[in-house]
Amino acid sequence: MCGIAGLIHRGKSSNVGEELQNMLQALKHRGPDSTGYALYANNDGQNFILRFKVGENVGEGSTSVNEDESVYNERKKIVDKKLSDLGVLVVKENKLTPYSYRYEIKYDKDLMEFSKAIESIESVEILSIGKSLELIKDLGDATTVSERYGLNKLQGTHGIGHARMATESGVDIKSAHPFWGYPFADVSVVHNGQLTNYWNNRRVLENKGMRFMSECDSELIAVFLAERMRNGATLEEGMKESLTGLDGVFTYFVATKDSLGMAKDTMAAKPLVLYESDDLVAMGSEEIAIRSILPQEIDTYDPFDGEVKVWQT
Amino acid sequence: MANLKTDQKKTKAQTMGMHTEVLTGKTQQKFFNPDEAENFFYWGTHDVDFNKRTKLDVKDMDCKQANNKIDELMSEGYGTIVIKNPQGKHSLGVGILNKLNLIFEGSLGYFGVGSIDGPMVRVNGRVGWSCAENMMAGKVVIEKNAGSCFGAAIRGGDLICKGSVGARTGIDQKGGSIIVGGDAGAFTGFMMQRGRIVILGDVGINLGDSMYDGTIYVGGKIGSFGSDAVEAPITKNDIEWLNRKLKVAEIGENFDVSKMTKVVAGKKLWNYDALEPTERKGAI
Repeated sequence: MCGIAGLIHRGKSSNVGEELQNMLQALKHRGPDSTGYALYANNDGQNFILRFKVGENVGEGSTSVNEDESVYNERKKIVDKKLSDLGVLVVKENKLTPYSYRYEIKYDKDLMEFSKAIESIESVEILSIGKSLELIKDLGDATTVSERYGLNKLQGTHGIGHARMATESGVDIKSAHPFWGYPFADVSVVHNGQLTNYWNNRRVLENKGMRFMSECDSELIAVFLAERMRNGATLEEGMKESLTGLDGVFTYFVATKDSLGMAKDTMAAKPLVLYESDDLVAMGSEEIAIRSILPQEIDTYDPFDGEVKVWQT
Repeated sequence: MANLKTDQKKTKAQTMGMHTEVLTGKTQQKFFNPDEAENFFYWGTHDVDFNKRTKLDVKDMDCKQANNKIDELMSEGYGTIVIKNPQGKHSLGVGILNKLNLIFEGSLGYFGVGSIDGPMVRVNGRVGWSCAENMMAGKVVIEKNAGSCFGAAIRGGDLICKGSVGARTGIDQKGGSIIVGGDAGAFTGFMMQRGRIVILGDVGINLGDSMYDGTIYVGGKIGSFGSDAVEAPITKNDIEWLNRKLKVAEIGENFDVSKMTKVVAGKKLWNYDALEPTERKGAI
């Protein structure tokens, strides 16, 4: 069934890493297979943050094929070579796990070409590119993933996250949420539900030059929105189009550099509880997620069917 | 399902539109008989004193611990229990089958006070999905908003939300009353079979979709009617009942119920006569 959570501070920053960790940990019973975070951090905005993986986490119930770490290292060398060929300046490099990296890079050309070049390497996937987006996903619950990547001290304005129960595809990082809104910097999506016109939409979007990295139906939302925005639609317009363009049951969140949005399908089949105040919006699949950061008595509500909302930082 | 006969004398409830079919057969129309003493108490229920009051802080308890503690307090005769810090926990206050004043100082998660028969419950907060599911009797008052499937499959009692409710309110309702002071989402009264739903505000699309029987009253705008849901004239009996119920629900003071829209089943989906004999036997 999966659990999703999101929050946005308006006009200030906070420890969004820890807040989202608490919210997602409260939703662990909805999805124990993997956890993902898309956090919008207080970076200096000078460089792109590139997060990518060169292999899979093969422990913790993974359905991925086991590979030796030397294979990962070889792939990383190929990535570095490609970056050099693209004229990318790597300012800072962090190896987070044997299979995932965080780079700070300087690059001012086309992101789609950049992404195609990097992802042409076998088993290499860009998790995110952005000037503030830090997208982390891995197998395990919220606390496990947060501790593995040191997220609980991350300061930022907003974030979305996902506790996944694998139903439509394997237990692996590539199928975990959030999904990056390729090729747009700083766009991420999490989803709870099932999409029933995934393959029809995928074929159409791939013919338009969009790319899919997984076979997870939820990735369609990110690609669907990215394609609409590529054609000039605003985020909110794209989200409203998704209510009819996507078939199935869904509640999803989308975040950009300075905004957070939610959409709920016209059947209102998937849960969402929302708290909204002047300086904070927090939402999750269950109220218990919101209570993990706001234990005091507050007013919450369920958005109605077919509702789309977008908030700015 | 039962045989459907419409030529018998109507009860007052039928006249008022609560249900229109007359059920016959060996297992139908068996109503509660107050002369049968064994019907008064379920196994495992308690005789409590409303004047004996206590507080229970469930902040550090899971739902099972909290529910066991409530049961323990009832066994000690406490008839008024105030629950502190529910903090959105699921399945609190479920399965209470005796009289009790139960007050939650905060919000509940999913399946709050489900499968109850008799207690008076007040939630000074919000409730999540499927509040009071399968309730048999009693009164539940929610001071704020409620999630989807509010009052799913209730058989009796009064379920009241002073705020707004989500989608599929009263889904599969089989009796009792659901009263909402605010708006309601899509598919309100979906597949309801008996009972009444009162929404003072607006409702979403597909109101009363596939409803078999029962009545829905709407004070505001209707997104759309569902399959086989039709508008019916509001009667003097309806007005009388609505005014009385709103008073009990402590909402809608000075609300002009005569302008509400009454929605009932069009009965186009009553296809039992079209069944083959073997299917009919199974259905009955």
